[in-house]
Order: sequence, then structure tokens, then C-alpha cells
Amino acid sequence: MDAGKLKSAALSGILNNPVFVLVLGMCPTISQSTSVTNALGLGLATAFVLVFSNLFISLLRKVIPDKVRLPAYIVIIATFVTLVQMFITSFLPSLNDSIGAFIPLIVVNCIILGRAEAFASKNDVLSATVDGLSMGLGFVLSIVLLGAIRQALGAAGLTVFTKTAGGFIVLGFMMALFNALLGRYKEYRNGKLRALKREA
Amino acid sequence: MAGEIITIIVAGILTNNIVLNQSIGICPFLGVSKKINSSVGMGMAVTFVLAVSAVVCFFIYHYILVPLGMEYLQTITFILIIASLVQLLDIVLKKTSPALYTSLGVYLALITTNCAVLFTANYGITQQYDLLYTFVNAVCVGLGFTLALILMAGIRERLERADIPKLFRGFPIALIIAGIMSLAFTGFTGLSFGG
Repeated sequence: MDAGKLKSAALSGILNNPVFVLVLGMCPTISQSTSVTNALGLGLATAFVLVFSNLFISLLRKVIPDKVRLPAYIVIIATFVTLVQMFITSFLPSLNDSIGAFIPLIVVNCIILGRAEAFASKNDVLSATVDGLSMGLGFVLSIVLLGAIRQALGAAGLTVFTKTAGGFIVLGFMMALFNALLGRYKEYRNGKLRALKREA
Repeated sequence: MAGEIITIIVAGILTNNIVLNQSIGICPFLGVSKKINSSVGMGMAVTFVLAVSAVVCFFIYHYILVPLGMEYLQTITFILIIASLVQLLDIVLKKTSPALYTSLGVYLALITTNCAVLFTANYGITQQYDLLYTFVNAVCVGLGFTLALILMAGIRERLERADIPKLFRGFPIALIIAGIMSLAFTGFTGLSFGG
């Protein structure tokens, strides 16, 4: 097991954040971040599907023929989405009323198919699961943060921020801010590496 | 009846625009809105797939899944229908109209993962629309998508020459513009015909 690869898989949720850096999965991010509850519900459901689809696609990566891999991935993903859908309709009926229409759409969330194609189909089971977990948590983090900001602005009387328009605008500003912070961090890390080299 | 259809048409295109009011189908909306030409092609292709898949899903759901009591397979069945329809369309267009095929290019394959298609197919089922309503709704959702895409492409073509702060270049400014457009579209909310 390659420790470096595992570490980079574990950090990918932040450094390659699916929402702010890769710009994947925009639809649920904007439509379901009207409140923290909805954001957390949909975020966790997506993360669950992401972890298990990554795990199973990685397990089956040598069995699935290359030509039919996309339909095969979609069926695996849709199976876990159906499981989540059944769980939410039976155990969390109030959550089902607010985000129910968006659970089936997890199938076409580009984060999941993207990770299946770019990572899980090429890597061993452990790093694929870690990658799914890290990407999933990165997604939960960003959608909950967005939900919290929009709900707070909405509660302060600016109801436009709980509408679609506000979602676009807040996400635009957050993306710019995140990229600024990430740029700073990378500069700092490169600077540190250079300093280390100079000492050596 | 006629009143309800007009309501569906107005809602699909303006008051309940799938991209700007419901924030669905944003990936192609942000990805394929750099040039007006390609956005027209994408819009047309999406409208076509939306209409055909909504009708096929309607038949499969009401005449196969419901009689067999397998409604829980809805998500898996619908996504497979959509994926195979897109594949079929790809083959048919390549043979019958190469000109349209080349103008659609890669966008055709991308439609499978456009969540507007799956959402509209599901929406028709949950609203218990009949065949006519399902079809009209799907076409209008597609037209609304095309409208939003073309408007956005027009703005972004102008934006290429604008001086934007470095941090906002690319996606952030596109999102903020989409927000302002969506704000403008909320102005249509007051419209109501016959319904």
C-alpha cells in the first residue's frame, strides 16, 4: 500500500474540492442549499452513494469490460441511489418532503460518475474508498457552508438569498474566495519547499 | 384544458424556468454557454431528448412498471432509458443527417448526464400528468433551457472583452451573471394565464 497515494486521496476533498475547484455537481449544490438541514441531508446521501459506488467499482474494475463500463457504472450508482431513496422515504418522511425530488438526481451527479471514471476504475479498493470518503466530505462541507450562509442571509430578511438567484451569487463569491485561499496556501507550500531545498 | 396547457407552457419557459428558477441542468448551462452557435445546438438536442425520453418513460412506467408492481425500479429504469435513447439518437443522426450530427458533436453524449432530463421524466410521473401534458411539459422545459443557454452565451461572448478581476475570471463571474439573470427571471413570477 502506497502511503503517499493514500494521503493525496485523503486530501483531495479539500485541494481538489468537487464544488469549488472541479466545479462538478452544481445542480444539487445550488438547489438544495436553501437551508442547513436540506444541505446536510442531500450532502450525506451523495457522500454515501459516492463511497459505496467507488468501493464497488474499484472491486469490479477488472471484471467490467471497457466498452460497456459507463452503463455498468450507472447501474451500480443507481442501485445505491435507490437504496438511499428507500431509506429516506421510510425513516425520514419529513426530509423526503423537502429533498425527495432530488434524491434520484444523485445518479446524474457528475461528481460520482467523474470519480468512478477518473479514480475508482484505476485504483485499488482502499484508496478508492478513501477518495470517495474525502470527496464526499468535501462536498458535504461545501454544500453545508453554502446552506448556512444562505439561511443566515435569508433569516436576516434578505429572502432573495434563499432563492435560486441568491444561490448562484453566493456560490460565485465563495468560489472566488476559496480559490484565493487555495492560491495562498499553494504559494506558502511552494515557498516552504524552496526554503527546505536551500537549507539542504 | 386549454388553460392548463397554456399554464404549463408559460411555466416551463418563463415562470418556472428549469435553469434559472429551479437550478437544474446547470452543468451544461455553465459548460456549453461560451458560444451562441454551440448553445443553440445543445439546446435543440436537449429539447429533443427531453421530449422523447419523457414520452418513453411515461409508457414504460405506466404499462410495465406499475402493472408489475416494480415502481421502486423507477430511477434505474429511467436512467437506462435515457442513456440508450441518447446512444440510439447518436447512431440514427450519424446515418440520416450527418450535418446536424456534426453540429451537435460531443454535446449529444453529454445529455445523458444532464439532470434536467431525468428530473423532467420523474416530474411528469409525480405530477400524474397524462401523455399530452407530459409531452408539452417536456418540450417547454427544453425550450426554457434553450432560452437560458442562448441568453447566457450572448452575455459571455461580450464578457470575453471585459476587464474582470483575476479572482473572478471563469466560473465565479459566470455564476454571478447567472444569479443576476435568475433575479430578472423572478420578475416573470407574477405572470398567470387561465390557470
